[in-house]
Amino acid sequence: MSENNSKAEEIVEEKAEEEEQEKKKEEKVIPYLEDVPFFGLQKLIVLKNKGIDPELIDEYIAKDGYQAAAKALLEMTPEEIIAEMKTSGLRGRGGAGFPTGLKWEFANKSEGDIKYVLCNADEGDPGAFMDRSVLEADPHAILEGMIIAAKAVGAHQGYIYCRAEYPLAIKRLNIAISQATEYGLLGNDIFGSGFDFHLEIYQGAGAFVCGEETALMHSIEGKRGMPRPRPPFPAHQGLWKKPTVLNNVETYANVPQIIFNGGKWYAGIGTETSKGTKVFALTGTVKNIGLVEVPMGTSLRTIIFDIGGGVPKKKKFKAVQLGGPSGGCVSEEFIDTPVDYESIAKVGAIMGSGGMIVMDNQTCMVDMARFFMDFVQDESCGKCTPCREGTRHMLQILEKITRGEGEPGDIDTLEELSEVIKDAALCGLGQTGPNPVLSTLQYFRDEYEAHIFEKRCPAKRCPALLEFEVDEEKCIKCGICFKRCPTEAITWEKKQPAKIDKDKCIKCMTCITNCPSDAIF
Amino acid sequence: MQQLQNLKALNPDLTEEAMSRVDEIIDRNKGKPGCLIPVLEECQGVVDYLPMELLEYIGSRLNIPGSTVYGVVTFYSFFTMVPKGRHTIKVCMGTACYVRGIGEVQNRLQSKLNVKVGNTTEDRRFTLEAVRCLGACGLAPVMVVDSVTYGGVSPDSALKIVDKYE
Repeated sequence: MSENNSKAEEIVEEKAEEEEQEKKKEEKVIPYLEDVPFFGLQKLIVLKNKGIDPELIDEYIAKDGYQAAAKALLEMTPEEIIAEMKTSGLRGRGGAGFPTGLKWEFANKSEGDIKYVLCNADEGDPGAFMDRSVLEADPHAILEGMIIAAKAVGAHQGYIYCRAEYPLAIKRLNIAISQATEYGLLGNDIFGSGFDFHLEIYQGAGAFVCGEETALMHSIEGKRGMPRPRPPFPAHQGLWKKPTVLNNVETYANVPQIIFNGGKWYAGIGTETSKGTKVFALTGTVKNIGLVEVPMGTSLRTIIFDIGGGVPKKKKFKAVQLGGPSGGCVSEEFIDTPVDYESIAKVGAIMGSGGMIVMDNQTCMVDMARFFMDFVQDESCGKCTPCREGTRHMLQILEKITRGEGEPGDIDTLEELSEVIKDAALCGLGQTGPNPVLSTLQYFRDEYEAHIFEKRCPAKRCPALLEFEVDEEKCIKCGICFKRCPTEAITWEKKQPAKIDKDKCIKCMTCITNCPSDAIF
Repeated sequence: MQQLQNLKALNPDLTEEAMSRVDEIIDRNKGKPGCLIPVLEECQGVVDYLPMELLEYIGSRLNIPGSTVYGVVTFYSFFTMVPKGRHTIKVCMGTACYVRGIGEVQNRLQSKLNVKVGNTTEDRRFTLEAVRCLGACGLAPVMVVDSVTYGGVSPDSALKIVDKYE
């Protein structure tokens, strides 16, 4: 008996061991796609076709491509298309969030024999590359969206305004257009429906302000790309004074699936006021860099920490910048804000086109504000005085502060100028230009004050406010700065703290950014 | 024809061969509404830059006032009225690149090549440009030499890269 018992025990033990080993094996198993937070937490509508060959129309068609266009052209009236768009609740993805269905309705009701449909592919926000990805990876989705829009408003000519900095996008759009034309999906009598639609690409010439709708139209007309006051709105008087609909790339990419699956399906995703998904270009100091498509209402924390994997080791999250030069920074305190048009605006940023730049504690917020103001100032077209002169003054003040010459009262002047520019500028560029300054003032006022009153840059990014000296107590004597210094201004010997010769130092920041122990100040 | 020869005398870069291609571009686009910018883009591709003499010529052939042509050329950053170097270095000044340290790369290139952003070195070897976001933020910081994109550059590696170009 006892023998049997011990045998049985052995067997049990063996089994337990086997089970344990199997368990270990299981643990090593590669997880399913949906179990990886980067993929599992995303919902793909716009990026649904990622991975297909963008230069082959058949691959797009195999993914239900042009089904929506067929439905719209053969079975639906313009009014039905517009009603479906309104049900879906889709809002313009270029940043302002104007309801797409409503925009189309205005253009549809606008009188005129010739109308135009335009696609804004002039993605100029620094740090944003969502549109580029759609243009390069799924160009037919944009074509299909534009065909449906053309039918809804009664246009027979369309233009895609694509920036010159995206040569691959232009190449693939050209291929897509010629293939679609060959298949009879563009041109005269599409699907035998009697509906004609022609599409051309218009290459931009490098002006950020051409992302503004009236400026974009001036540019297509061959003029300087300067905005004009509205009204009249483009839906009544747009390109060549004809009724025009202009939408962003991402907006058009949503359209075919709304028509295909129905507006109700789309409205089931997202929040009360913001429907569907939004693509963000997640960059900066974050582990997983790339495009992220999430349902509206997902929190910033989920996007940055769960999907993005958080900030890499040894660095600390400081803020996230949304909406590029028109947007603002959101500090850690508001990291649980859900992304929808209203909530983001409440915390001082904007949804914008979807740039999301994560910043760590080595980013100086005053310098960041200066960077964006430099951008806005440089890209200001010069037509209206508040933007042309106001941004220049704001930039001068910010430069002064980062040079260590800030004076008491500078912050008040910045705020005053911001309010005036916001109220008085002609177009969106100027009206939103002061946002980066205002939002950094809101959350990081102490950094401005440190620059002005203590002549100190807390993030150690403003060379004029740094001593370029080594804190011997903090120095771990590793010699990295010595090896990296381009001008041989640093002397160091093993087991000795480094020393910087200020006559040779060119303040290039190499030592400071590379110091592992934060010992140079 | 008289005018063409004058152009060559005024500016040696406007050779007869280049001008015949310019004429071809103008003939192909003339009459299309809004054709000025595409014409300028293509002509810059032929001559490498847009000298004043060429602008006047394009304006007169398209029946557009020279002032309008000049206004358009100076408005868009894609156009240049001065000749460029043999190689063009573009440092990306997008936010992601800036956060990741393109500013330091730019400063080092400026001091090492002895050229300010937007200008060309004296030996016409390099033109250094700071450009707006190239949309390659995943590779930040990014530098483009001619048409090759280099990601994750540092001040040191940037100098090594440009050394390869003669």
